[in-house]
Amino acid sequence: MTSHPVGSTGEGVFTALTAEHRGKLMALAREVSLPGGARIFEEGERADRFWVIRSGTVALDVHMPGRGRVVIETIGAGSLLGWSWLCPPRQWHLAAETRDPVRAWEFDAAAVHDLCAEDTALGLSLVTVVAEIIGDRLRATRTRLLDLYGPPGSGPVP
Amino acid sequence: MTLTPLSYRVVDRRDETHDTVTLVLEPAADALKPFAPGQFAMLYAFGVGEIPVSVSRLGDGRRLTHTVRAVGAVSRALCGLRIGGWVGVRGPFGTAWDTAAAHGNDLLVIAGGIGIAPLRPLVDAVLAEAKAFGRLNVLAGARTPADLLYGDEFPAWGKPFGAVTVDRPSGGWTGRVGVVTTLLREARFTPSGTVAFVCGPEVMMRATARALIHQGVRPDRIRVSLERNMRCATGHCGHCQLGPLLLCRDGPVVGYDQAEPLLTVREL
Ligand SMILES: Cc1cc2nc3c(=O)[nH]c(=O)nc-3n(C[C@H](O)[C@H](O)[C@H](O)COP(=O)(O)OP(=O)(O)OC[C@H]3O[C@@H](n4cnc5c(N)ncnc54)[C@H](O)[C@@H]3O)c2cc1C
Ligand code: FES
Repeated sequence: MTSHPVGSTGEGVFTALTAEHRGKLMALAREVSLPGGARIFEEGERADRFWVIRSGTVALDVHMPGRGRVVIETIGAGSLLGWSWLCPPRQWHLAAETRDPVRAWEFDAAAVHDLCAEDTALGLSLVTVVAEIIGDRLRATRTRLLDLYGPPGSGPVP
Repeated sequence: MTLTPLSYRVVDRRDETHDTVTLVLEPAADALKPFAPGQFAMLYAFGVGEIPVSVSRLGDGRRLTHTVRAVGAVSRALCGLRIGGWVGVRGPFGTAWDTAAAHGNDLLVIAGGIGIAPLRPLVDAVLAEAKAFGRLNVLAGARTPADLLYGDEFPAWGKPFGAVTVDRPSGGWTGRVGVVTTLLREARFTPSGTVAFVCGPEVMMRATARALIHQGVRPDRIRVSLERNMRCATGHCGHCQLGPLLLCRDGPVVGYDQAEPLLTVREL
């Protein structure tokens, strides 16, 4: 059993992959450091990269007329940042900004796509990992829709 | 434990949020037996009714501290009490957070909303004998930044890991946004040597327990506090029944191995 945070090496997100697959994928990783308040990507831009956060926090936000940038969710160490690179239209649906200094592994999406085409078993494992993460985030979003901590009687109409 | 309420007077009160108040109560004469973290009292608002409320801090053994959220008639009446007001109190009732059984383990204290109230005495107890435990992680979720309870105490709890997250950020909130389970990735614990104490809405506790089990924490080492309506609180009326359990007596704190099959059945 590992000691947490599993993501402290940046590879934690990929622990479900075999050592060989993880090695191939991590060979494409580039270490990046970003200061607090850095805009990582903007809504509508081409999603050509993704990141595994090693330390620090990133806020996902959306611009709303009259309200400015509204933070939808924050993502911390050991988490995957970005999945829009995986499927068309490969555009970011949200924007991302660092909350504090962030260290991350950055992956070039085109290089990862090429690797997956070359090694389809790796490709399937990676898609499974990302699908599991998307499932987790969807469940979390549904839980928030329930407005669990709201006053009695609040939340969605059954 | 007494069957008739003892009179207690409000000697201090603090508005925690727009709908939540902490009351410090002192006995008029005889005091109830000391409470343990996780146990609850039946608080009687004169002329309105009686409800179960956990102790939110253990004092000198005579005074009682309760944090109450106004959701209906009785809780609203209690929140409306001023210093000098009177409350009828019975207790202590129910099972406690078992800290002795957690000695030597990493600890996860995970709260949602008002669920932080029953967990605060547990955090106090752990901090008082910190060397007896591994790493303490306190994770709390709230609806908005304005709904966070005990925000001023939180920094002292955050060693090695403490974090709060809100569902709906507002007004310059620079903390975390999202459900409390998202903080688990960053918490410091070894799953096979961890005991988790979880309190909050049932959906939140189920989601948290599932995430912990997925990470390798044993179900019986995940302690949850279950709530059902209570009347007698002494195991006689059956009001608080959940399957084979009477939660006023066998709960509110139970292991998730016991709770899980009961919580996923719709109506028992
Ligand atoms: C063991 C135990 C410990 C508790 N500890 C605390 C505590 O420390 N602080 C605190 O504020 N409350 C606590 N509660 C919950 C508290 O007892 C209820 O909020 C209270 O009974 C509501 O009574 P009321 O007359 O004010 O409202 P009611 O008129 O009975 O209810 C008003 C609304 O609140 C809802 N409601 C009632 N009870 C609950 C509940 N338990 N959870 C969620 N919604 C509910 C009802 O469905 C209704 O919509 C605890 C409950 C139990 C069983
Ligand atoms: S409240 Fe009466 S049996 Fe539990």
